[in-house]
Amino acid sequence: MSELTSLTLKAALDGLAAKSFSSAELTKAHVAAVESARALNAFVVETPEKALEMAKASDQRRARGEAGPLDGAPLGIKDLFCTEGVASTAASKILGGFKPTYESTVTANLWRDGAVMLGKLNMDEFAMGSSNETSAYGPVVNPWRRQGSNVQLTPGGSSGGSAAAVAAGLCLGATATDTGGSIRQPAAFTGTVGIKPTYGRCSRWGVVAFASSLDQAGPMARTVEDAAILLQSMAGHDPKDSTSLPVETPDFAAFVGKSVKGLRIGVPKEYRVEGMPAEIEALWQQGIDCLPHTKYALPAYYIIAPAEASSNLARYDGMRFGLRADGANLTEIYENTRAEGFGNEVKRRILMGTYVLSAGYYDAYYIKALKVRRRIADDFEQAFGKVDALLTPTAPSAAFQLGENADDPVAMYLNDIFTVTVNLAGLPGMSLPAGLDANGLPLGLQLIGRPLDEGTLFSLGGAIEKAADFGAKPQKWW
Amino acid sequence: MSIDAATVRKVARLARIAEPEDRLEPLAKELSGILDWIEQLSEVDTDGVEPMTSAVHTPLPMREDVVTEGGDPSRVLANAPKTVNNFFVVPKVVE
Repeated sequence: MSELTSLTLKAALDGLAAKSFSSAELTKAHVAAVESARALNAFVVETPEKALEMAKASDQRRARGEAGPLDGAPLGIKDLFCTEGVASTAASKILGGFKPTYESTVTANLWRDGAVMLGKLNMDEFAMGSSNETSAYGPVVNPWRRQGSNVQLTPGGSSGGSAAAVAAGLCLGATATDTGGSIRQPAAFTGTVGIKPTYGRCSRWGVVAFASSLDQAGPMARTVEDAAILLQSMAGHDPKDSTSLPVETPDFAAFVGKSVKGLRIGVPKEYRVEGMPAEIEALWQQGIDCLPHTKYALPAYYIIAPAEASSNLARYDGMRFGLRADGANLTEIYENTRAEGFGNEVKRRILMGTYVLSAGYYDAYYIKALKVRRRIADDFEQAFGKVDALLTPTAPSAAFQLGENADDPVAMYLNDIFTVTVNLAGLPGMSLPAGLDANGLPLGLQLIGRPLDEGTLFSLGGAIEKAADFGAKPQKWW
Repeated sequence: MSIDAATVRKVARLARIAEPEDRLEPLAKELSGILDWIEQLSEVDTDGVEPMTSAVHTPLPMREDVVTEGGDPSRVLANAPKTVNNFFVVPKVVE
C-alpha cells in the first residue's frame, strides 16, 4: 500500500476518479503511515475512525456521481484550526482538552469539497516559534537528516507538524497558518511547497488567533499544483471574518503550467545571506536594491505581533473554557491559570506585547512599528511597479538542529527575516524547494506577488519546480 | 532601553501572569535583549508616515444588529471548567 502514500494529491484524485482505488484504501494506507511515524511527533491527535468513516462516505458520494474537488483525499489539519468535536489546543496546555462545538471556515470548506481528516498536527504553541520546540507536546522531528548523520533536525515552525507530515508521506496535504513565516520556513526546511495567500483570502474564523492583522491560513503540499488545488478549496469570502475579502477565488490550478514568458522577476539585493551557493550568490550580485526597509521588518514585527498577541490571548482566563488553576481570589486564579497554562515563549511575547502597549511606551514602540510597517508595504508597492514578482531565499539556512537556537530568542527570530515582510505588507508568498545543500538538506526559494495575484506565483512556482526538478525525498528512518 | 525586575513585575501583573520572584531578573535580561535589538527602528525616518493598522484596504463591512445564531447554551458551555444550570460558575468577585 506504500505507493498510495507517495502519490501527489493530484495523482490521488485522478486515481480516485478513475476508480483505480477507493478512498477507503487510500485512507487506510495513510492511517497506517501516520501510526508508523510516531517517532516524528507530527500528529497530536490521530482520528483514524473518523477518517475511515469520512472515506466511506466519500466512496458512496463518488458512486452516486456527487464527488467534490477533494473527494476522498486524506489531509492533516494544523492544531490551530478548530475542528468540531475533535480536540483543538493550539499545542498549548491552557487549551488542554478543548473540543470546539464549531468548525473553522477553512476546514469546513475542505470537508464541503470531500476531504478526509487524518488528525491534528503539532505546531509551536499558539504558532509562536520557528522550530516547533515551544509545543506543549514536544517538538516535531524533521524527516530529513544530514547525510550520514543521525542528529535530529527541526522541521521549522510554527507549522512543523504540517511540514513533516507532508514531507514524510503521512498525508496528501495539510492546512497550515503563517503569521511571520510559519508556512514558508517549514516548507523550506522539509522540501515541500507552502503558500501564504494574500491577507483576507482565507477566512480566519475558527482559527485560534495569534496576531490578527498578520495571520493567514494556507496549504502545504508536495507540489505546486497540489498547493493550488488545496488553496482553491480553503479560500473564499466569509462574512464571519470582517477582514475576509469579498472577491472571487480564481481557478488556481489553471495557472500551474501557464507560460511565464514576459514576466519580470525582481531579485532584491537586500535578501542576501551569507554562505549561499556560488551560483545563487552570482544571481544575487546582479540583484537590485528595491526594498530598503527590509532590515527593519523583523524588529517591527516583534513589536506588532506580540502587541496583538497580548490582546488576543487575554481571553485565556480560565473562566469559560480551558485550564483553570486554583487561587485565593479572582486575580490569583487568573495569574496562576496563565502561569501554568502558557509556555515560556508565549509568556515572553505576552509580556513584551503588554509592555509596548503600556502607557508611556505606546507611541515610542507600537505606533513607531506601525509606521515602519507602512514603509515596508510602500517599498513593495514601488517594487511591483517595476516587476511582476520577487524571488528571494525563504530562510537564512537549511534546517538546524533541535535545541540549537533554543536559548537565544533573537537568534530564533532571525529565521523569519525573509518571510515577515510579506505578512506585514499582506502579500502572497510561496516557498518551494530549489535544491539540496552540501549536507543533502532541502533549500527553499520564496516567490512574493502582488496582492491577490497568487495566480502568477502558481505559474512561476510551476516553472521553477519543473526547472529545479527537485524530486528528492527524505530517506525513511522513522 | 532596558527593563528592570520591577518593570517586569508590573507588566506581569498587567498581563495577569504569575511570575515567581526568581524569574523577574532573567526575564528582565531577556526582554531588555529583545528591546535593544528593536532599538534600530529609531534609524527609520517615519515623519509624516501614517501608521499602518491593517493590510486590507477595504472598509470594515457593516451588518444589521440582529441575532444570527444563538439559543444553544449547551454548546456555549460545553468546554466550561464549571457550570450550574446553564451558567458559567466563576469564583466570587464581590464580597
